[in-house]
Amino acid sequence: MTQSEIDTIIEEYERKESAILAILQRIQSKEHYLPKEDLEYVSQKLNIPLSSIFRIATFYNALSLKPRGRHKIDVCLGTACHVRGGEKILEKLERELKISVGETTKDKRFSLDSVRCLGCCSLGPVAVIDGQVYGRLTQEKIPSLLKEFK
Amino acid sequence: MKIRTKMDLERMKEKGLEILYPKGIKLSVGMATCGISTGAQKVYETIQNEVEKSKLPILVNQTGCIGFCQREPVVDILEPGKPRVFYQEVTPEKAVRLVHEWMENRVVTDWLFFKMEDEEWVVENRCWGYRIEHQPQGLDGISLYHQVPFYRKQLKIALRNCGLINPDHMEEYIARGGYFPLYKALHEMKPEEIIEEVKRSGLRGRGGAGFPTGQKWESCRKAKGNIKYVLCNADEGDPGAYMDRSVLEGDPHSVIEGMIIGAYAIGAHEGFIYVRDEYPLAIQKLQTALRQAEEFGLLGDDILGSGFSFKINLFRGGGAFVCGESTALMASIEGKVGEPRAKHIHTTESGLWDRPSNLNNVETWNNIPVIISRGSEWYSKIGTEKSKGTKVFSIVGKVNNTGLIEVPMGITLREIVYEIGGGIPEGKRFKAVQTGGPSGGCIPESLLDLPVDFDR
Ligand SMILES: Cc1cc2nc3c(=O)[nH]c(=O)nc-3n(C[C@H](O)[C@H](O)[C@H](O)COP(=O)(O)O)c2cc1C
Ligand code: SF4
Ligand code: FES
Repeated sequence: MTQSEIDTIIEEYERKESAILAILQRIQSKEHYLPKEDLEYVSQKLNIPLSSIFRIATFYNALSLKPRGRHKIDVCLGTACHVRGGEKILEKLERELKISVGETTKDKRFSLDSVRCLGCCSLGPVAVIDGQVYGRLTQEKIPSLLKEFK
Repeated sequence: MKIRTKMDLERMKEKGLEILYPKGIKLSVGMATCGISTGAQKVYETIQNEVEKSKLPILVNQTGCIGFCQREPVVDILEPGKPRVFYQEVTPEKAVRLVHEWMENRVVTDWLFFKMEDEEWVVENRCWGYRIEHQPQGLDGISLYHQVPFYRKQLKIALRNCGLINPDHMEEYIARGGYFPLYKALHEMKPEEIIEEVKRSGLRGRGGAGFPTGQKWESCRKAKGNIKYVLCNADEGDPGAYMDRSVLEGDPHSVIEGMIIGAYAIGAHEGFIYVRDEYPLAIQKLQTALRQAEEFGLLGDDILGSGFSFKINLFRGGGAFVCGESTALMASIEGKVGEPRAKHIHTTESGLWDRPSNLNNVETWNNIPVIISRGSEWYSKIGTEKSKGTKVFSIVGKVNNTGLIEVPMGITLREIVYEIGGGIPEGKRFKAVQTGGPSGGCIPESLLDLPVDFDR
C-alpha cells in the first residue's frame, strides 16, 4: 500500500491508537497480507513500537505476515461440520489446489484455512470464500465452486 | 428528520406499518447468512427479475431468519385478505413457479411450510391479525404457525422480530413497538427505576455466566468516575451457537435500543459493539442500523428530546476465540493484544481504559426493551424461580428438526429434543445431546427430564 493510502486510513480513524486492529485489517484486505514496510510506516505514524504491532499481527487470525491469496477459503472444522464431513471437504480442496491447509497457491489465487464454528451448523459441512458462506457442500461441488473465483 | 416527540414516533410507526403490511402483495426472502449460504440470494434475484419481466404487482423484500434452518431458503408471501404463506427449500425454479401460481390464486402445496393468520407483538402485548377474507385453494389443511411442532412450544421474546421485519428498515422495527420502550425509559423513568426494574425482572446475562444483569448495572452506575462505557459482546464463539448472529442480522435495532436504555441507566455516553470478524453480514446490518439511529436522533445528542447523549462504535474482532472473554475483549478494543487479565478488579469499576464498563451479551441487551415495556412482573413470571425469561438455543446434530429456537427457561431437554426437535432420525436411540457455552457439555439420556436453566 502506498504511504498516502495508509495516511488516508489513519486519518479516517482519527489517528487513534486503539484503531490499530481496524487499520491493519484494512491493509490486510487490500494487500491480502501485511507488508513489512507498511507496518513500519504505521508504527512510525501512530507512534506504536513495531514489536507491539508484530504481536498484534501474529495474535489475530484475520491478519497475516505472509502474502496470502486473492481469495480466502475457510473450511469449518467445528463439531457439527466435523460430524458431517468437514475434513473430506478440506481434503478435496487440498487436492484440487495442491496445497495444504494454511498455505497459498503459487499463483496467489487461493489461500486455504480452517476455522472454528461459523454458526451454520445445520447446513454443514460449511466453507466461507471471501466472506460468503457456502453450505451443504459435497466433494463433487468443489471443482465447479472454485471455477467461480478468478 | 429527528424523532423528538411521541407524535414523531407514532408517525414513524404509521410509516412502518405501511411497509410491513402494504396494500399490495409482498414477498420476503429470508436472507440471513445461512439462508444466503443455501442460495437465498439467487432466489431473491430470480424473483426480482421475474417480477420485473412479467410486470407482476409484487413487492420483493428481504428479511432475517425464521429459525427453521433445515428448511432454508424460506420465502413468504403476504397479501391483504389472505393468510401469510411460508414456503420452504425454495430454489430459483420453484420461486418462479410459486409466484405465478400465486397470481392465479393458487398455492403450490408441495413446498408449503405453514401459514400465519396473526402475529404476536410481544413488546406491545398485542396480537396483530391479518383480517382473512378468503383461503386460497389448497390452504385449508395446512398447519398454522403455532401448530407446527417445531414452533408450538416456543416463546419468542429475543427473536420477536427475526424473519418478520426487514432489518434495514428502522420503521418496521418501530411499527412492531420498537423504540417506544426507549421513549418510556428516557421520559418516564429515572435511571435508578430502570435498574430496579431490570433487577426485579430476574434477567441474567445470556453470555454464559448468568450474572444478574440489574446487579451488574447497579455496580457500574455506583462506580466512581465521570466517563463510563457500555459494551455489547457479539464475539459469539461457542461451537454450534449462532443466536447472537441471528439477532444482529435479523433485528439489529433491538440490541441498539437495549444499549441506549442501559447507558442511560448506568450513566454512560459511549458504547461499543464488539462483533466477531467472521460475521460480515451482521456487521453490515449493524452499520446500517447505527446510521439510521443517528440520522433519526436515536443516537447522538439529545436523544428523543430528553437531553441524554450517547453514541455507539462498532468494533470488528480479529478472529481470536479468547476475545469473547470480558477483559480480553476490552484489551482488544484498546488496541492491545486480546489477552485476558487477572480479574482482581471488576470491569464494572475498572474496565475499558480503566473506566467503569458494563459488558453484556447481545441477547441480554435485546431483552431490555421488552422488560421496560411489559414490566418486570410480567417478565419474571416466565421461566423458573432462579432463571427468568426465555433462552435462544440452536439445536444441531442428529435430530429431525434442526434450527434456532427460543423457549421459556425450565423446559426439559426431552421436550426440546423430542417435541421441537422432532426426535432422533429413523427411530435411532437417543445417545447424548450437546449444549452450548463454555460450560456446555454432553447430556446423557438419564438427565433428559431436567429443566433447562442457568444452574445446570
Ligand atoms: C473464553 C471465553 C469466551 C467467551 N465468549 C463469549 C462470547 O462469545 N459471547 C459472550 O457474550 N460472552 C462470552 N464470554 C462471557 C463474557 O466474559 C461475559 O461474561 C459476558 O459477555 C457478559 O455478558 P452477560 O452478563 O450479558 O452474559 C466468554 C467467556 C470466556 C471465559
Ligand atoms: S439460523 Fe437457521 S433459520 Fe436462521 S438463517 Fe440460519 S439456517 Fe436459516
Ligand atoms: S460446526 Fe461448522 S458451522 Fe458450526
